[in-house]
Amino acid sequence: MESLERVYREEFGRVVASLTRRFGDLDVAEDAAGEALLVALERWPVDGVPANPGGWLTTTATRKAIDRLRRESHRDAKHQAAHMLHDDTPHEATGVVEDDRLRLIFTCCHPALAPEARVALTLRLLGGLTVPEIAAAFLVPETTMGQRITRAKRKITAAHIPYRVPCAADLPARVDAVLAVLYLVFNEGYLSTSGDAPLREDLTAEAIRLARILRGLLPDATEVTGLLALMLLIDARRTARLAPGGELITLDEQDRSRWDRAAIDEGHALVRECLALGRPGRYQLLAAINAVHTDARDVRDTDWSQIAALYTQLAGIDPNPIVALNRAVAIAELDGPEVALALVDALPLDAYHAWHATRADLLRRLGRSEEARAAYDRALGLSDNAAEAAYLSRRRDQLGG
Amino acid sequence: MSQYFLAVNHDPADTTMDEMTPAQMQELFAAVDAFNTEVKEQGAWVFAGGLQPLEMSTVVDNTGAQPVITDGPYAESKEYLGGFWVIEAPDLDAALVWAQKGSKACAGKVEVRPFQDEPEA
Repeated sequence: MESLERVYREEFGRVVASLTRRFGDLDVAEDAAGEALLVALERWPVDGVPANPGGWLTTTATRKAIDRLRRESHRDAKHQAAHMLHDDTPHEATGVVEDDRLRLIFTCCHPALAPEARVALTLRLLGGLTVPEIAAAFLVPETTMGQRITRAKRKITAAHIPYRVPCAADLPARVDAVLAVLYLVFNEGYLSTSGDAPLREDLTAEAIRLARILRGLLPDATEVTGLLALMLLIDARRTARLAPGGELITLDEQDRSRWDRAAIDEGHALVRECLALGRPGRYQLLAAINAVHTDARDVRDTDWSQIAALYTQLAGIDPNPIVALNRAVAIAELDGPEVALALVDALPLDAYHAWHATRADLLRRLGRSEEARAAYDRALGLSDNAAEAAYLSRRRDQLGG
Repeated sequence: MSQYFLAVNHDPADTTMDEMTPAQMQELFAAVDAFNTEVKEQGAWVFAGGLQPLEMSTVVDNTGAQPVITDGPYAESKEYLGGFWVIEAPDLDAALVWAQKGSKACAGKVEVRPFQDEPEA
């Protein structure tokens, strides 16, 4: 039942978050949420989807959790019982539940957890994806992914990672950690090869969905809005990015009529909102850069000086060579490939496939075919993406001589 | 309340300590002193100490028929424990705040390990 799955996925995070607060145990919460789903699968096709599915699931899951705790003999049984006795507030559809999901997101993305663990935990507990789904999306065995999640939950318990929203002083850094997780999930989905496309597209949709939730919970955090805008503007171009044969189509060659205009319009509105608030950050600037690209109906209309200026601003707050590389690409459009090549050659990015690909393109435009060919070969050697490799091969083979 | 072990590990390859002037060493001791005072005043102090260098240690192995006593470190690893704090904190976030202050004070990395919970009586 498709709509059931959608509803369940929407509500899973809320249910887990609420139960975790009540019972102080992620395992209990997760298992109970899963059991509530089984009951829903039985009853909803017969009784219909309830008016407040979240409330129904939370109530059912709570009962399951209580049953389980009564059955098992815990060392701290008295503590659990005290919890049950003191907290019998009825489920609310808003307010308290939203706070709980915020606690859950920050706990899943705690800096004490390894980055892969944060991603896995977020997708499992907030996204409601199953372990097999997450394992397939990240191309690791199911047992590996299962262990990763189990170990993360154990560490949360053993190290006493608190279940709460960080204090004001810690909030900016902790929000950054959450955004990094969401962006990583998004990129996993967006940059995948066509082989696993259906599951990977789920990842981009999930990242966007979680970013929307985060924006609802933290409306004043401009970087959250910036990340949402960035993901919408990149995802809007998805259908134009791959040729039927699976080859990557670069921005300058994409059929812009295939872009998702609704997503672009929403992205632009969010970027304007960020600009008005005047608290620029990394994701906001990346979103603004993408907005300049998506604003151009034709590639020849691209406002490259705006893009170059934005990259310069980005380099100011994020002085890493990859930003400099992307800025050089914009400079090539303004000052020519020779000036850009000088900038690119100065960067210590010999191990990065995109650096060689950029050099190859600039050398090609300068008519230095032999050097361009060598650069394409280096890029191909370093690339692990089939769609991109197909594109690089074609470009290299188009070189004369 | 939970207890945490804040370990300051020493890497023999890192010679910054050896290269310090007496004045710089004094500054370091003062910073650590100030940190220790703050931990005590906040009620988080359980115990702490700096350890003698590794050459001063002795290994005792009484797992066999007879106890065996030898000179030298227990682990073969390059890094070894130089000093530590044992603190009490309500949760990891609070312990990490102490670790950040301690790391700044002793100019080194601090590893935070939770103690195992004591079995209930």
